[in-house]
Amino acid sequence: MHRLKTLRSKIMNKLYFTALAAALVGAGVAQAADAVKMGFIYVGPKDDYGYNQAHAEGCAGVQKLAWVKAEEEASVPETTAVEETMRNMIMQDGVTVLFPTSFGYFDPHILKLAKQFPDVQFFHCGGLYVEGKHPKNVGSYFGYIDEAEYVCGIVAAESSKSKRLGFIAAKPIPQVLRNINSYTLGARSVVPDVTVQVIFTGDWSLPVKEAEAANSLIDQGIDVLTCHVDSPKVVITTAEKRGVMCTGYHANQSVLAPKGYLTGAEWNWTKVYSQYAQWISEGKSLTAGTIPHLIRGGLKEGFCAVSPYGPMVSDKAKADAEAAKAKFMDGTMVIYKGEIKDNQGNVVVPAGTGLKQQDISLESMSWLVEGVIGKTGG
Amino acid sequence: MNGTESIGWLGVPLAIAAGAVRGSSPFLFVSLGECLTEKSGKINLGLEGTLLMGAMSAYAVSYKTGSPWTGVIVGGLAGAGMGLLHSWLSQLPRVNDIAVGIALFILGSGLAFFIGDPFIEPMAPPLGVLNLGSWSHIPQLQAALKISPLLVLGIALAFAMHWFFLNTRWGMFIRAVGDNPSAARAQGISVKGVRTLSITTGSFFAGVGGAYLSLVYPGSWSRLVSSGQGLMAVALVIFARWNPKACLGASLLFGGAQAVGPALQAAGIQSYYYLFNAAPYVLTLAIMVLTCTPKRALAGAPGALGTGE
Amino acid sequence: MNAASNEAAPVAVAPLATDLVSERKPQRHWRGMAEAVVIPAGALLVAMAVFGIFCAFAGANPFGVYGSIRKAAFGSWYSFQNTLVHAAPVMLCALCTAIPLRLGMVIIGNEGALVMGGLGATIAGTHWTSLPPTMALIAMAVAGMVFGGLWIMACGAMKLYRGVNEVISSLLMNYIAIAVLNHLVNGPMRDPTSLNKPSSYPIPDANALGTIPGTFVHWGLVYGVVACLLVWFLMERTTYGFQVRIIGGNIRAARIVGLPVGLITLSACLLAGACAGLAGMVEVAAVQGRANESLAAGYGYAGILVAFVGRANALGVLLVSILLGGILASGGILQRQHHLSDATVLVFQGIVFVAILYSDSLYGRFKIFQERAQA
Repeated sequence: MHRLKTLRSKIMNKLYFTALAAALVGAGVAQAADAVKMGFIYVGPKDDYGYNQAHAEGCAGVQKLAWVKAEEEASVPETTAVEETMRNMIMQDGVTVLFPTSFGYFDPHILKLAKQFPDVQFFHCGGLYVEGKHPKNVGSYFGYIDEAEYVCGIVAAESSKSKRLGFIAAKPIPQVLRNINSYTLGARSVVPDVTVQVIFTGDWSLPVKEAEAANSLIDQGIDVLTCHVDSPKVVITTAEKRGVMCTGYHANQSVLAPKGYLTGAEWNWTKVYSQYAQWISEGKSLTAGTIPHLIRGGLKEGFCAVSPYGPMVSDKAKADAEAAKAKFMDGTMVIYKGEIKDNQGNVVVPAGTGLKQQDISLESMSWLVEGVIGKTGG
Repeated sequence: MNGTESIGWLGVPLAIAAGAVRGSSPFLFVSLGECLTEKSGKINLGLEGTLLMGAMSAYAVSYKTGSPWTGVIVGGLAGAGMGLLHSWLSQLPRVNDIAVGIALFILGSGLAFFIGDPFIEPMAPPLGVLNLGSWSHIPQLQAALKISPLLVLGIALAFAMHWFFLNTRWGMFIRAVGDNPSAARAQGISVKGVRTLSITTGSFFAGVGGAYLSLVYPGSWSRLVSSGQGLMAVALVIFARWNPKACLGASLLFGGAQAVGPALQAAGIQSYYYLFNAAPYVLTLAIMVLTCTPKRALAGAPGALGTGE
Repeated sequence: MNAASNEAAPVAVAPLATDLVSERKPQRHWRGMAEAVVIPAGALLVAMAVFGIFCAFAGANPFGVYGSIRKAAFGSWYSFQNTLVHAAPVMLCALCTAIPLRLGMVIIGNEGALVMGGLGATIAGTHWTSLPPTMALIAMAVAGMVFGGLWIMACGAMKLYRGVNEVISSLLMNYIAIAVLNHLVNGPMRDPTSLNKPSSYPIPDANALGTIPGTFVHWGLVYGVVACLLVWFLMERTTYGFQVRIIGGNIRAARIVGLPVGLITLSACLLAGACAGLAGMVEVAAVQGRANESLAAGYGYAGILVAFVGRANALGVLLVSILLGGILASGGILQRQHHLSDATVLVFQGIVFVAILYSDSLYGRFKIFQERAQA
């Protein structure tokens, strides 16, 4: 089952590496001369079928490059433990590039270590770097996976009969709210009166609560579910069991719901990690300013992807989704284009304003758009 | 899709009731297991590890063999294995049963995670359900009345245990050993034998509770699948006053409580979910403060509990 | 576990205490001392052997694993510092179980007391931001100790006045504390700039608890060691400690001789909670800089076991914390050098503790350690 899922990404990786290798040979880089030593740190187990697994697959992907040597450590909590792991990787394994992947590693842990080891480069997943405020050897990367969510929203809205979608989320934080909003805006771009009901479970992994939330939403008459939690497996299988549709997150979960899986938003960290590896092998660095401190990308840059459509997706939904995807690929799509009201009736994006994906104000989003049933307050 | 209609506010009590039906079984099995263990005079605080071992081995076996019922049995046996270890260690002189419980909690979860990681991603065949709601045409009710045979077994077990303690010689032995081991020993009852059997069987139940988690509801194996339900067993048993029938009530209450937060949010109440999530703990504590008394032992409390005897 | 009152069932709690805190005859003879060294050491060796077999089954070379553990935990000053960083919060948490054990009470609410202590310290640290660092740290430590102390004292009071079993109440209080923490940092106490990891406002950098000069170990270790020494002195060398032990040994006798049982119980619980609360303050002041969900990192649960394995003795707690710190410090290298699962360190921990607990039953079982019959 695992193979089915990874087959596609393997092929993609292979194509990508062939291209990369060609590029490197073309650039005349001495490949085997100096191995790039990378360290990857995950907050949970590597096989959680979710957030951590997506990163671990990225690490496995970049390790296929002969000149990359990667060390990994999983289940490292956001305490002194992660400081120790980073220090050990640097001092004992000679790692010079670190990827601590959990959001909560950044402040204070990465910042503390970055000051102590100015020659090591720290790349953090989350987009938190602020020029001038944070050490020069720290960089951030993140994917605009909400673009994929927007496309999922389109498919979900056109597949729903009740015009009511359900979103099970961990916490009302900006990253999560942005996914919910983009999903809703996508849905309402094709079916304007569709609603999205949100349930916050309160934490990243609470299997029983997630199942309970899924059941409650289905009992309320919702017929398409999606989620933003660490491991979507419970939500997807519950939806399938109850005979409703779903869209996935983090990875392709179609094997878990062969009937009801519509599509999903997936990460492709291999792409990002390989890009960094290439830059470093070329002698570039954050400190010298030759590697950008902030890297972000969406569908166009290949940081994330939309899962293949499931059997229940109509041709019209596919066509609309593909049209949106095409606009993302050519850079003409603006998700947050005014006028957008939040679900309290306040205008959050005025008419005539279009907030591009790179707009920093989107990263402190604290509202839910019109059409979302739910509140952000604790 | 089944054209589900919204049932609005009626959904909240229904969701809580359905949540109780869906989510109470693990509580029921661990509390019955703990009840049996404590009746014999020992505490097993390590049922969280037992639950995880049960959940993991049931899921793994169901996946490998394709037979979920084999999974349930193996889950129970894995639990029994942990129980055997607990009964051996906790009956050694100068070894405290609470400490052993926590050590085995760590060991059990470690083993379950270690062995179980390759089984997080695959789908194991789940245990079937009994459709008791086919007479109704309300889909929500139909869904709520899909009852796992394990829940039926659990309910039967609660009544059987109640009868067993009151009416059988073995039940009497267990109570005798739990109340006053020296007196039981004087009557020629093997304290060690009775306790070993009680603890091992109790852990078997907890293992089956784990199998319910991974094969029925929420129905998949992951490291956090038990989320403290095994630790709560000790609280449930005291809440139920060591009465197996009351364990059933307590489990339904705790199962329902898990659904309160999500159900209220689904119906539109969006605040304080952290506090709602803590409701069962506050409730248990409040009831204990109100009903306990420093004047005498709780009715039903086995006399040897916590004495190291 | 007996919810019976102290008064009604004195014997119910008493044997537990005697069981644990070893009212064995003092064996000043060298044989007794040898026994106290050889038995735990033997248990450790057996645990290592069992763990080695486990590793061999998992496809790693056991001897390589042993080498790595030694290297990662105690092999150099560098790695020993890692061990100490792990041990620091655990020893303070362990005192939270160890002190009430002397009274015959089993408190497992360490995690909750730590969280409450962290919250208290954060409230103090973010409220009095203009204090000079030393004063600010004292304010934070006092607030943390008061919050943690009252939290556990509540368990003591529920036991004393309502007969509520303290194992259950303190366990439930853990869940309640974590819910309170989550509610506060996601709501009323939230710093709106803590975008994707909801947290309280940070304490000023100047008031943070730094590292011991020349090391990367924070001052929390010193707090822990000093606390262990003070508690040891209090429990073993003062009248107060003697009274505590009398209550733990036989509460009825304690009442008959007129000891203020209620006062001593409550004050011991307050002291116990204050230790865990101080651990929470250290997490806030030295590690996180603010309150958030990372406060509940499981140190409390580790502390329970350390208290039992250390036989409820503060010096034992100190030693066992360092041992546990070593185990935790070797978790990373097992993953990175031997490609073992991250769960391996849990298995290792479980095996070591099971072996040591088992070995407690062996005292007095070996003839060679027994004193010859007195002439």
